[in-house]
Formats: sequence, structure tokens, C-alpha cells
Amino acid sequence: MEKKRDIVTMDHGGGGRAARDLIERCFLSRFDNPYLNRMDDSAVVTLGTDRLAITTDSYVVDPIFFPGGDIGSLAVHGTVNDLSVQGARPVFLSAAFILEEGFDLADLERVLDAMAESTRRAEVSIVAGDTKVVPRGRCDKVYINTTGVGLVEDGVHVSGSNAQINDRLILSGSAGDHGIAVLSQREGLRFDTELVSDSAPLNRLVGEILSGTPAVHAMRDPTRGGVAASLNEIANQSNVGIVIREAAIPVKEGVRSACEILGLDPLYVANEGKILVFVGPEDAPQVLETIRRNPLGREAQIIGEVVSTHPGQVVMKTMVGGTRIVDMPLGEQLPRIC
Amino acid sequence: MCLGIPMCIQEIDGNVATAVLGGTTRRIHLDVLDEAVGIGDHVIVHAGFAIHKISEEEARETLNLFREAGVLSVDLEREGHGIH
Amino acid sequence: MEYIDEYRDPGVIQHLIHHIRHLSGRPVRLMEVCGTHTVSIFRNGIRDLLPKRIRLISGPGCPVCVTPVEQIDQAIVLAQENDVILATFGDLLRVPGSNTSLLKQRGQGADIRIVYSAYDALSLARENEKKEVVFLGVGFETTAPTIGAVIQHARQAKVRNFTVLSMHKILPPALEALVESPEIEIDGFICPGHVSTIIGAGPYEAIAQKFDVPCVIAGFEPVDVLQTVHLLLQQIERGEASVEIQYRRAVSPQGNLRARRIMEEVFEPCDSVWRGFGSLSQSGFQIRKSYREFDAGHRFRITLPRAEEPEGCLCGSILRGLVEPPDCTLFRRVCTPENPVGACMVSSEGTCAAYYKYAS
Repeated sequence: MEKKRDIVTMDHGGGGRAARDLIERCFLSRFDNPYLNRMDDSAVVTLGTDRLAITTDSYVVDPIFFPGGDIGSLAVHGTVNDLSVQGARPVFLSAAFILEEGFDLADLERVLDAMAESTRRAEVSIVAGDTKVVPRGRCDKVYINTTGVGLVEDGVHVSGSNAQINDRLILSGSAGDHGIAVLSQREGLRFDTELVSDSAPLNRLVGEILSGTPAVHAMRDPTRGGVAASLNEIANQSNVGIVIREAAIPVKEGVRSACEILGLDPLYVANEGKILVFVGPEDAPQVLETIRRNPLGREAQIIGEVVSTHPGQVVMKTMVGGTRIVDMPLGEQLPRIC
Repeated sequence: MCLGIPMCIQEIDGNVATAVLGGTTRRIHLDVLDEAVGIGDHVIVHAGFAIHKISEEEARETLNLFREAGVLSVDLEREGHGIH
Repeated sequence: MEYIDEYRDPGVIQHLIHHIRHLSGRPVRLMEVCGTHTVSIFRNGIRDLLPKRIRLISGPGCPVCVTPVEQIDQAIVLAQENDVILATFGDLLRVPGSNTSLLKQRGQGADIRIVYSAYDALSLARENEKKEVVFLGVGFETTAPTIGAVIQHARQAKVRNFTVLSMHKILPPALEALVESPEIEIDGFICPGHVSTIIGAGPYEAIAQKFDVPCVIAGFEPVDVLQTVHLLLQQIERGEASVEIQYRRAVSPQGNLRARRIMEEVFEPCDSVWRGFGSLSQSGFQIRKSYREFDAGHRFRITLPRAEEPEGCLCGSILRGLVEPPDCTLFRRVCTPENPVGACMVSSEGTCAAYYKYAS
């Protein structure tokens, strides 16, 4: 009988429990240090008198061109956003490319044009880069890694471990747009009103929030694993309970119906242009107004609050008045017929 | 068991139709349907197949009970809705 | 969304809860036998809304959960063959076999593809003529006709590299086994909506009469489930035991005759092993001899040793509504969605998975 071997599975890349377990078991155990152990979106380190935020991310999305975006602009936005939600002003990026032999140069240039445009929009510069080529079949057209560096102003302390009891929780817009936009390409779904990815740089929006109210406690951009994964991460990091209301969560009609058809839950579908903001109750109305004034935050809603009961757990009041737990997703959400 | 979604038929081409729910459209198969359907009819879709033509009349009867009791909050008269 | 939103209407839900509370106070046990009902009840938090004396129990309604380990092992062996593309619904991917799962096998290089409909699997066969495409036929009577239709289409189109491994199950025999079992006390059945779209109300008549248990065929939205509970309670109060259809917009008393004809042409009943029940007579579907060229069991002869149920796993008792997930010593401690021991934890509709995810 073949000896049981543990292997990497797609669940490990899903942004859920399996991914977290892998990181804790294999990576944190070896690279152990106080910065890494915080498991925030970016690490905030002190260099001289400045506080710098550093983050890195790899982009392997398939297809590489999708409604509302592409792998290049995603690679810029995603890293810019990870810095922003840590309270940092993004300044510099590096970009490393792994290219598949046979990849169309015209497509590569299209991706790079999009990246250049995104850096201009986000007001960051790509200051270092690398390119590797692997034989046909060893990667899927192009993989991109971006690493970002930003500056954290004095007095700004935003961290996933900083959510406070009674904080109000704001979601800046509709959930699940990106994941469904990408999936629809693969699954032959079409939409009457065009459904596009929400991929966007959020640094300006975050700047507006922080200039008004430095007393924001935590922020997160909910990507893979959706809003559900991010809320569970923060509930765990801060050791608090979170309660949300299903009726308050904005979801576009096309996303809602696509999820019904595929048997998916919008709370677990990826976003690329939204933020979750944890802010004290007195400041919440003002922060909500600030977000709504920005084009990327028109549909923002207060969706819940932080509580002292059930620490580490996220609970939702359903549309019909019942209650249920919103669990950390395991891995990739699979479509179902049952 | 099992996931079955109500969808509205937009186009028919032999055994295949295009159906829509809330602005999302999909190709579905009509091979196992036991009655003829036309554009504008609603069907229950399971695993890519229409398995039943929704009875508008039965649906209306069920909801009329609630409408008469005065408890229905959802506006049924909006445009394009299957129930009149 | 039409035909969905109105069945989630908060006003109607409050109204139904109000009426349910006003019915007699004795404790009742109602069993739902459809995994989609299990999920709907949990996702909407319906147990919270009902008075405590009404207990909703989950039965063997998840066709994935009741698929025995041997059949998963068979599928895995096929997936490991060099020239085979295994096509499956997403539901089966994480179900544990004796040693591994389809998800893990995919990670080791097996060509396993997720499809949404049996037609997608047939398309795969046409696009990959040099390979054999095997489609995992899982599901109850709702799904079997769709797979029958595709097999018939494959014959017309003379597709030679497409077969189905039939793991289909028939629901009414399991219901009978449940009610006949002396250990179980059920006061009413919440009957599966979409299975009934195909089989109609007839198969439940025998159960209602023989065992004196009311059966109501239910839709899946919160209003459907609550209206069904209300109808069951009314019957119990009147001492009735008849079959009613709550889900009238999607179920007619005679069911879908065309779908059944297709199903009966391609499949025939056979004895089948249900996890937690053992072998039930005439409770599964196998492909008829007349369609043998589409039977993966016939084309690929696979013999496997009889698989053991994992030790300590209470899936069997959970599927029969005897115990609840927290009663199992493995639940949450050893058996979790990322490390499922039994299928009740794997399937998104499995009682244990639903409990783990949703129960507060």
C-alpha cells in the first residue's frame, strides 16, 4: 500500500482555513518573528524615525483578461490595497514576472500597458523588477509578483488585531463582484447588466478616511475567501466576536443570481476593490459619509459591529430573522448540484 | 437534494434554451421537460436541465393566501414579474 | 429574483411563525430527507425561529453522504487510469475514500474535471476523442433522468468514449427503512421538493398509510419550509397521516412522466449499499444491459476489497436521525471540513458540515 503523503492541494490556495493552516504549520514555524506573526495584510517595521509597511503578493488569476480588469492591473491594485489597509501610503512597488514559453508578446504588452496605467492611477512607481521564462506548460501564460513599500504616518495604528468592542463595521460596497466576473468567463454565464470585476486602487479612499478620523482601528480588503474570510481573520486576531446583518450587505443583482445558479454564497466570493473598516461608534457615521463621497464607496453600508460575546466567531442575523455562524471557508468554494 | 433554480426562458433553439434569473443568463437543456414551454415561461433548472414548468397559477394561489392575510411585503406588481 | 424573493418575504415568515406557535404544545420530531433542505434550514437560521418543542432532524437526504466508501474508491481507481478524464459534479470532490479523495488525486495529476451538467461531460468526450471520459452519476431521481437523457443523446450521436459510473440512489426505499426501524420516532416527513418534481406524490402514499406518518412535499425557500412545518403540525393535531404538496408551483401529483420514462429506459433498480444503512433492496440505479456500452462499471472492470467504515464515525447513526453531530466524539476534534472522516462532514449538505458551519 502506498504510504500516505501530504501534498499541496488547491484548497491551500483558497484563502481559507486550509491556507491558514499551511502558513502556520510550514511557514510561520520557520520564519518566526514578531512582524510576521501578526499576520496582518502588511508588516509595519521601523526604519530610523519612519514606519514602513511592506507587503508582497503573487497573481496567478485565470483568465488573465476578464471583464473589468486583467492580471497586470490586479497585481498593482492588490498590493497597493494591502498597504493602504494597514494605514500606509503606498509609494514603491517591485514587479517580478514568470513568463510561459509561447506566451503572446502582444498579450504581454497589453498586460504591461494596464499595469503602467494602474501605477499612474495609484500614484506609485515600479522601481525594481525581474523576468524569468519557463518552458511551455510550466506556468499558465504569466504569473506576477508585486512587493510594495509604503509610509505610515505618526499616530496611525491600524491592525487586524486592533478591533475594539462596540466598533462599527463598514463595508465599502457590493460583495462578490470580482469572483463572479472571473468565474462567469469560465462557466459561460452571461449578464444583462454587464458584471465587471471591482478591481481598483483604494489608497485615495483610505487616505480620505484616515485624514478625517485617525481613530480607525482595523481595515481589511476582502480578497480570496470573501468578506467571510476577512471577518474571521480579524475576529481571531483581535479575539472579539463580530455580528453582521445579512440584509445590510450590498450585493449586485447579477452576483446574487449567479450565486443562486452555481450554489455559491456571495459572502465567500472574492473582491478586489472593497474595504472593511472597523471604527468606533461615535466616528462611524462620519466615516460612512466620507466613504460614500468617493466613487469607489457609493454603496457603503454599516453591516455590523464588534461584540464581546463569542470571541473569534462571526455570527450573522439572516434575512428571515434567524441566526447562523459565518464560518471561515475551508478552501475554494465548489459549485454544487445538491 | 437538490439545487433547483427558477429561471425564465428567453430563447429556444430545439432542445436548448437560454434562460435568465435576476439578470444572469445561462444555456439550459429541455430534454426531460414534460410539457412544451415558450418564451416567457418559467422553469425549475437542476444540473443544467429544466425539470418542470412552473405553474404560475399554483404560485399565485399560494401567495394570494398571504396577500389576503395582509402579510406580503414584497411588491408583486413590479414590471416583468411572473405573477399578476 | 422572481419566484424566489416572495418566498423569503419577512412579513410572511413572521405570519407563519405566529401560526406555528399557536398550534398545540406537544413536542414533535420532523425529519427532512433532502440535503438541500438541511442547508436551507441552517443557512436561514430556521431552527432559531421555531419553538423548541419542534425538532427538525436531518435524514439520509444527501446522495453524496450516503455514497459508500467503496464507490468513491472505484471512482478514484478510474481517475488514476492514464487515458481517463473523470468528470464529476463539484459535490464529490472532497468526499473521502479509504485513503484519499478526488481532490487529492487531482493534485497528484489525475485528470478530474468539475462539470455543471451531464452534457458538459459529453462535450468533454467529443473534444477528447483519444481519451475515455467517465462521468460520475450521483444523485437521486432528480438527477438520474438528466443523465439518462445524455446517455441517449450519446447513442444517437455515436459517441464511443463516454461512460457513466452509476452511483444513483432511489429515495423512497430509504424512507421506508427509516420508518420501519424501531429506534426512530418520526412524527412527520418534510419530503424532498425536486425529487418529487420527478416522482410525484404517489411513492409517499404507502409510507403515510402503512406507518401512519404525515408527509408534506416542501420547497426550499424559508416560506416553503415554514409553511410545510405548519401543514405537518396541523395534520398531527388532527391525527391525520396523508400526503400533501406544499411546493405546488413545482410539483404535480403525477410527477414528470417524460423524465421518468427516460430514467426507466436507461436505468433499472438494483440493490444498493447506503452508508449507515447497509444494503437496501432495489434502492439504487444501474445502467440497463441495453445501454451497456455507456456503463463504466462494465467497460472498466474494477474489483476492490470491501472498505471499512472509519472507526468512531457515527455517520450511519446521524443519517438515520438517531444522534446529532455533537454526539459524535470525532466531531470538531478530529473530523472537520478540512479533515473529514465521514461523508456527512464533506458534503456541503452533510448534516455535520452544516452543523459545523452554521450552528450557533
